Amino acid sequence: MKVSEIAEVLNAQILCSADRAEATDIKSACGSDMMSDVLAYVKDQGLLLTGLVNPQVVRTAEMMDIVCVAFVRGKRPDRGVVDLAASKGIILMSTPERLYTACGKLYKAGLGAGS
Amino acid sequence: MGESIKLFYNVDGHDFVSCGQASEDVKRTLKNIGFPPEVIRRVAIAMYEGEVNMVIHAAGGVAEVEITEDAVRVALKDSGKGIADIEQAMAEGFSTAGEDIRELGFGAGMGLPNMKKYSDEMKIESTVGVGTNVYLTFYI
Repeated sequence: MKVSEIAEVLNAQILCSADRAEATDIKSACGSDMMSDVLAYVKDQGLLLTGLVNPQVVRTAEMMDIVCVAFVRGKRPDRGVVDLAASKGIILMSTPERLYTACGKLYKAGLGAGS
Repeated sequence: MGESIKLFYNVDGHDFVSCGQASEDVKRTLKNIGFPPEVIRRVAIAMYEGEVNMVIHAAGGVAEVEITEDAVRVALKDSGKGIADIEQAMAEGFSTAGEDIRELGFGAGMGLPNMKKYSDEMKIESTVGVGTNVYLTFYI
């Protein structure tokens, strides 16, 4: 699913690297507020949904080759975090949905959890 | 690649924002050399967990990385409070991190288990009140 489609499903606003939203295809996703769990269990999920907005979310995404992060519950990281993600070409978006609902909507739209 | 490449990093323990920079730099270096993506990923994750550990438990430390043709060796050294019971610390879910660290998304007791999971060899030397050294080896 294209990142632009994901943003549409989640009614999300893209915060950075928007120029890549059309060309970036996501095969599977994961949702967690625990970065340690993301580091432990994520394999090739390209999208992370989370309620955390600190810089370590972007660092974790970078380590795991996660190309897109969606912040739930309308959360927005500060400028420094957005700049950090932009420098790495990671797409950030903010959705008003809660984590459970956001994951559910994407799952229903055909985006699975992958391996 | 003839001689080995040696890299050295100071991990600032008072700056949670910059935590992870050393791992990112190693990841980038390995990518430029042309290491297999699977190995790069394992090194990046394990080293990043090590950086996070040094920042949340030991007020920082140093990371020494040696890259040779067939292996990556990472040494993470801190002068923190040390680990009293290494076996207990290695158990998934065991953590001494406070609520403040959990709110940041860490402190779930997965750091050391993750480092073991993603490395081929792991050795921990620790003395309470003196510090901890963690040695990670990754083979290609």
